[in-house]
Amino acid sequence: MAVERVAERAPARPPVWNDPRFRAIFFQALVLALVIGVGAYLVNNTLTNMEKRGIASGFGFLGTTAGFSISTTLVPYTEESTYGRAFLVGLANTLLVSVIGVFFATILGFIVGIARLSRNWLVAKLAAVYIETLRNIPLLLQIFFWYFAVLRNLPSPRQSFILFDIFYLNIRGLNTPAPVFEEGFGWVLLSAVVAVAAAVSIVRWARRRREETGRPFHTVYTSLAILFGLPTLATLLAGSPLHWEYAVLEGFNFQGGMVMSPELVALVFSLSTYTASFIGEIVRAGIMAVNRGQTEAAYAVGLSPGLTLRLVVIPQALRVIIPPLTSQYLNLTKNSSLASAIAYPDLVLVFAGTVLNQTGQAVEIIAITMAVYLTISLLISMFMNWYNRKMALVER
Amino acid sequence: MNDRAQTYLPGTHPDLPPPPSMVGVYGWLRANLFSSPVNVILTLLAAYIIYLAFPPLIQWVFINADWQGDTREACRREGACWVFVKVWLRQFMYGRYPSTEIWRINTAYAILALGMIPMFIPRVRGKAWIAAFLLFGYPVVAYYLFYGSAFGQVVVETPLWGGLFLTLVIASVGIVGSLPIGIVLALGRRSRLPIIQSVSIAFIEIWRGVPLITVLFMASVMFPLFMPEGLTIDRLARALVGVMLFSAAYMAEVVRGGLQAIPKGQYEAAQALGLNYGKMMALIILPQALKLVIPGIVNTFIGLFKDTTLVLIIGLMDFLGTIQSAGTNPQWLGFAIEGYVFSALVFWVFCFGMSRYSQHLERKLRTTH
Amino acid sequence: MIRTIFYALTAAATAGLVASAASAGTLDDVKKKGFIQCGVSEGLPGFSAPDTAGNWTGLDVDFCKALAAAVLGDASKVKYSPLSAKVRFTALQSGEIDLLSRNTTWTLVRDTSLGLNFAGVMFYDGQGFMVPKKLGVKSAKELKGASVCVQIGTTTELNMADFFRANKLDYKPVVFEKADETLAAYDTGRCDAFTTDASGLAAYRIKLKDPQGHLILPELISKEPLGPVVRHGDDQWLDVNRWLIYALLEAEELGVDSKNVDEQKKSANPNTKRLLGVEGDMGKNLGLDNDWAVRPIKQVGNYAEIFDRNVGPKTTLGLERGTNALWNKGGLMYSMPIR
Repeated sequence: MAVERVAERAPARPPVWNDPRFRAIFFQALVLALVIGVGAYLVNNTLTNMEKRGIASGFGFLGTTAGFSISTTLVPYTEESTYGRAFLVGLANTLLVSVIGVFFATILGFIVGIARLSRNWLVAKLAAVYIETLRNIPLLLQIFFWYFAVLRNLPSPRQSFILFDIFYLNIRGLNTPAPVFEEGFGWVLLSAVVAVAAAVSIVRWARRRREETGRPFHTVYTSLAILFGLPTLATLLAGSPLHWEYAVLEGFNFQGGMVMSPELVALVFSLSTYTASFIGEIVRAGIMAVNRGQTEAAYAVGLSPGLTLRLVVIPQALRVIIPPLTSQYLNLTKNSSLASAIAYPDLVLVFAGTVLNQTGQAVEIIAITMAVYLTISLLISMFMNWYNRKMALVER
Repeated sequence: MNDRAQTYLPGTHPDLPPPPSMVGVYGWLRANLFSSPVNVILTLLAAYIIYLAFPPLIQWVFINADWQGDTREACRREGACWVFVKVWLRQFMYGRYPSTEIWRINTAYAILALGMIPMFIPRVRGKAWIAAFLLFGYPVVAYYLFYGSAFGQVVVETPLWGGLFLTLVIASVGIVGSLPIGIVLALGRRSRLPIIQSVSIAFIEIWRGVPLITVLFMASVMFPLFMPEGLTIDRLARALVGVMLFSAAYMAEVVRGGLQAIPKGQYEAAQALGLNYGKMMALIILPQALKLVIPGIVNTFIGLFKDTTLVLIIGLMDFLGTIQSAGTNPQWLGFAIEGYVFSALVFWVFCFGMSRYSQHLERKLRTTH
Repeated sequence: MIRTIFYALTAAATAGLVASAASAGTLDDVKKKGFIQCGVSEGLPGFSAPDTAGNWTGLDVDFCKALAAAVLGDASKVKYSPLSAKVRFTALQSGEIDLLSRNTTWTLVRDTSLGLNFAGVMFYDGQGFMVPKKLGVKSAKELKGASVCVQIGTTTELNMADFFRANKLDYKPVVFEKADETLAAYDTGRCDAFTTDASGLAAYRIKLKDPQGHLILPELISKEPLGPVVRHGDDQWLDVNRWLIYALLEAEELGVDSKNVDEQKKSANPNTKRLLGVEGDMGKNLGLDNDWAVRPIKQVGNYAEIFDRNVGPKTTLGLERGTNALWNKGGLMYSMPIR
């Protein structure tokens, strides 16, 4: 009976609050109003507070003289430089530690990941212990451990550990010889660039020829010969324009040469060992994700174990490995901000530390710092998306 | 005459034992450690690393260690000086919380433990009620126990909070607080409404793109300026807000993973039943999705638990903070290693235990699907 | 410009919320809540440091106590917020603390661009260096190529840069977030020298493993007037703080101390009479009562008593009055006339 009546009645227009289109607009407007409202409220409070207390604002401070000194500088910097320049110094130091960290973390991570899959029981267990220990202890604690507990117990410069008579390890850091470039070194650099270009084009040519004619060409030895031979030749012709400056103990510190501060050493060491434990797991998962049938099929068509690994397993494993690997690189870069806890002058210590304290412009400085990290991570995720798309095409 | 003469009908030959080189200790060693020349070298190398690392470690941690006494002089400095940890243990656990009031923290721990035990026993009923209490009732109880001000208790100001206690407070509040925000953000990100979606994406990506330390700096030096005049927020509370917003972004991604794993049919079936969006999510989708992502939530919690150590940079005395300050105390200078090893052990036990638990959950939940 | 836009945006959504929080002056706030929230250092012996029982002592702390005695009548009505160098100004700007009494140097930039006002000078200091004796350095000018440990965000960092630049010496700063970490880094040999205010050097030296093995170099490379700081734009509270410093100095000059303050009320000296509220309405003018100077002197002491108790020759810091002596005894301490 009820059924009949419903069927007879023309479908009533639903009330406006039940109309999906109205609702969509309503809720979106609500969210938008909320976001803008909260944002405007906070901005308004901040402006009111700053104006009332007479706190300086704006980005003019970036152009004023900094007046403090920084121990590690990649970018030319003196006490007379501006705060803007100090920002660049901090940023360069952050990037330096991230790049070195990524380099070592990748190598160590791949070793650990492959070791974990080793058929050798002892090696596999050792790798497992490494991974499970390091990834379950906070990174900051590991940084403190290496910096305060281990590197602090190194001897004073006079009693340095000496390696090969040119490296000196002491509580002030690791002193190494520094390269000194003389006139004519430009030619060596130029020859190196030419050598790289030549090697790349030979590899390309060899691949094309192999694809077209099937005749293989041994690119490895040729490229190596070009890569090493050409710069060496250029060096000899230009009259050895490169010299090494050695560190010498003078006064109470080493003078000359290069020094890697203990802060940098501790930071790079702990960042790469910590991240390596995560990369190890990613590598293991990636290799295990490649179907065993793939390896067997490769053997069946007569590929050698080396070629199987290079042409079949690794390309497929990489597809699984690369996305989480990039996010580990991103984590490493973000984690390098912990430098501020152990006096390594990175972006956070120099800019969100010293500059913030000297100028007192918290809002601008924290905003810039966050924006920098955000930009780095957006760039990395853009790369990741690009790579994923590329890989997806290959799959078809 | 001899054994070779013995004949068998096809299929009746008894199984011979494997050759002695394949079984037992010898066989195992051969297969796992010495199967090829490369493997022999690797084994020897690994054994050498173990020889280098472990005996001195055990020597240092146990055999040559000093356990007795309560001053610096009690340590002979040949091995670890656990006296250092013993003397400072109360600080490490509770910070500067007044000693007469420590029972309040311990009571809260006890209530939590009592609540948690039934959760791990499969046969207990009414788990939902216990879980509801732990999520909603317990924080209130804990707040009054920790902070005081009700029932005539002495108020213990938050600057006195510290040690492992503070670490646990920050991690738990962070995770409990971030869960609802994370769910809302995840739903927002999956929403088909463009504005809601882009607001959610922007929020998630901004917080995930910056390091926690900058978020904490923001909480300590920028939040105060955001507030209207005359309104100030406790330093710990500001850090908590920062931690919560930060982990909410990560939580949102975990929950989104769960939402994506729910088959489309579930949504369609729910809509076919005439459920509206709220009911569909609350009754059908979220219960399934959240169950799927429990291991992910536990992993986020582990990450957050490790990351709470960063609050020491903004001057809160968490577990690592108390260890750091004890290590820089002039009377105890030079005992930092013992402090770090001790805290590493505590963190490791917590994190390793939780990661094992999450792996166990993952296996258990996988079978039901 | 931007302000107008934001006002327009806020108007609808948040008009009610913004209006609610117009606060009275700090003096009224303090009287209402019954205690003073005082920002102090995280532990600098002689200036502000907690003892094992968690009680704060020191010169900076005594000023907070004196202020509580003047405003609230009880020197114990103070709550302390230990602050790092980094968060100290934010804490004050945001109203988390009522005053900052934390060996803070008075500089033009801080006074003008941080939203702060310095109430006066409680201690005239100068920056110095400390080196291990075994280094054999006798003067700061011999610190060529040295690594120097310094705390982040202080005027110290800037003065040091100026000093080395002026003397054409190169050096490596090693910058730490926390005072204790800076000191520990110096003590373990990470740096050749440690720099901070001279009073701080004396204070930190007793914290070292072997205090006798370290030498404070004779040069003072800067002027460091340290004093309490209040928020910009609260003139009444600024006045109370400023005149309390003068009252403590005036009390010393007139020979009024914690023991004889009650007898001194009967003094015939008109200056003493005005200070102790027997004559005139000095306290009322400040928004306090006329016993405003009696209570701090009685409960905490005059400037000399505060100095001697915390940093004077008989303490472990063992500092002489020097520049901190009264103006008529060869120092810089000078009270403006209380009349």
